[in-house]
Amino acid sequence: MATQRIEIHPVTRIEGHARITLQLGDDGRVETARFHVDQFRGFEKLAVGRPFHEMPGLMARTCGICPVSHLIASSKAGDALLAVSIPENAVRLRRILHLAQILQSHALSFFYLSAPDLLLGMDADPAHRNLIGLLSAEPELVRGGIALRAFGQESIARMAGKRVHPAWVVPGGVASPITAETRDFLLAGVPPALATVERALALFRERLAGFEEEVQHFANFPSLFLGLVDADGALEHYDGLLRIVAADGASVVEGFDPTRYEELLAEADEPDSYLKAPYYRALGYPGGLYRVGPLARLRLVTRCGTPRADAALADFRRRAAGTDGSSFLYHEARLIEMLFALERIRELASHPDVLDPDVRAHAGPNRREGIGVAEAPRGTLMHHYRIDAHGLVTAVNLIIATGHNALAMNRGVLQVARHFVDGHRLREGMLNRVEAVIRAFDPCLACSTHALGQMPIAVRLLDANGAVVDVLRRSGS
Amino acid sequence: MRPRLATLWLDGCSGCHMSLLDLDERLLEIVERFELVYSPLLDAKEYPAAVDVALVEGAVSTETDLRRIREVRERTRTLVSFGDCAVTGNVPALRNQIGIEAALAVYETPPASEVPGLLPVFPVHQVVAVDHFLPGCPPSADAIYEVLIALLEGREPAPTGVRFGS
Repeated sequence: MATQRIEIHPVTRIEGHARITLQLGDDGRVETARFHVDQFRGFEKLAVGRPFHEMPGLMARTCGICPVSHLIASSKAGDALLAVSIPENAVRLRRILHLAQILQSHALSFFYLSAPDLLLGMDADPAHRNLIGLLSAEPELVRGGIALRAFGQESIARMAGKRVHPAWVVPGGVASPITAETRDFLLAGVPPALATVERALALFRERLAGFEEEVQHFANFPSLFLGLVDADGALEHYDGLLRIVAADGASVVEGFDPTRYEELLAEADEPDSYLKAPYYRALGYPGGLYRVGPLARLRLVTRCGTPRADAALADFRRRAAGTDGSSFLYHEARLIEMLFALERIRELASHPDVLDPDVRAHAGPNRREGIGVAEAPRGTLMHHYRIDAHGLVTAVNLIIATGHNALAMNRGVLQVARHFVDGHRLREGMLNRVEAVIRAFDPCLACSTHALGQMPIAVRLLDANGAVVDVLRRSGS
Repeated sequence: MRPRLATLWLDGCSGCHMSLLDLDERLLEIVERFELVYSPLLDAKEYPAAVDVALVEGAVSTETDLRRIREVRERTRTLVSFGDCAVTGNVPALRNQIGIEAALAVYETPPASEVPGLLPVFPVHQVVAVDHFLPGCPPSADAIYEVLIALLEGREPAPTGVRFGS
């Protein structure tokens, strides 16, 4: 009896080290599929014993793509340890910085990582199915995407001192106010960036008809959606209350204080991955599967709260009405969130007090426990610290956005593999689709394993006894 | 023929690769003057032969990392240790202070199958020979540009403003 095992190693055009293994039956159909994260970072243990005020700078190093989200969540936990309410303009500046990062992170995911699949095709020649290949086919789009990401990154650098791992967000607020030149840079950059996103959104919607099969099978199943919303239920990335809705939009949890996350969520260890799998306690493991991130946020909110994003959301919802929420549409959700980020940056930077120099509250540690929660580009991010009387960290728990999606990614990989992969007639494009469903979630694996390493993905064909029959890899040129 | 360029990450945060992308439009010049043959941005699954320049981000911390970096060294003419984790071990090497077992205590039951085994964390040059060091957390885009262009022009790279940490 010949079971085949396929290993996709590494999964490319994602952040980090991952591998996918597929087990096939005699009929060549996929029986099981697993997503393995091969990187272990262990930040929860590495941080113990360090002064709490070091935490934002250290925690930023969990991730080079979304360091600002870690700075924000970590500093919010720090605010709680100081027991301060930070100045109004510090909140405003943190919000702008965080939106700039959501912009650059989503631009990376869409233009650099997934656009080759979306615009060149899932079955395109793998040697050219990348940013460089896309440059020949869609030069305007690629240059626009580069400029968009650059605007997000440069906004971070102007405000916070450098593009990757700035140390400017601190417990109590931010380290310094911004200058009028920086404000003017932010405001001047919004219109061209909006035009780029609008063009990409139009192009995505135009091409969507060609991906009907992918929309149907890319992690398309009923699930809960979890995230923060503001007091009116609108889109919110910095603060807010936890909401959980079912696939049909029915409310499951409302107005929940995110610092009480442990009452809602638990984490399961997986036997074959360094990525833990959080689940909704009330439904247990693995039934308590939920999704977070851009798609979840757009299914949770009453509205975005800015005009262009709300217009795009209305269109998105017309088409999504009555569906379970295909994860293929994470791509579109990211584009809509980019509109929102740009519009909200303009609104915040136009505020008359944005140059107010009062941006930091000073205090020593006044509490032993602090929790900071924010919506990172990939979903809800939780930093939870305990300290001793000297301000040294005694315990850390991190729940990282990508982790929340672990169960959904695994189920999505299985769904795609069962539909598209035929072990008797294996083609590269079949396996690329298995990877592409992971790309739709835009995982950040260095972030998510509290670990030291990254995530390779490979495809191996095994026989029923587990013996490797074939390993399919794409070679370098 | 254009020189063949590879970039890869071992154990790190991808921040050095983000800094590489922070070349912005200059990235297009780099991929025009070099032939990019292997990178997380491409779909090549295996490290190719006869690479001229490789940028290696991250420290060596798993059995997979060790196997990969040895293969990379064999197939690469000029290997650049790219960023503080590659150069010193940096954040990943914090694990060495507590040991692998203590670090794995983040799991009630650590994964027992499929995942690569963990090793003590080493900077790249303790495992294979390194030709150039580019420190920084991450190195700036300007420093990366200078190193790549210098290697292209056959001169010794002299990036300015390079320092550990920031």
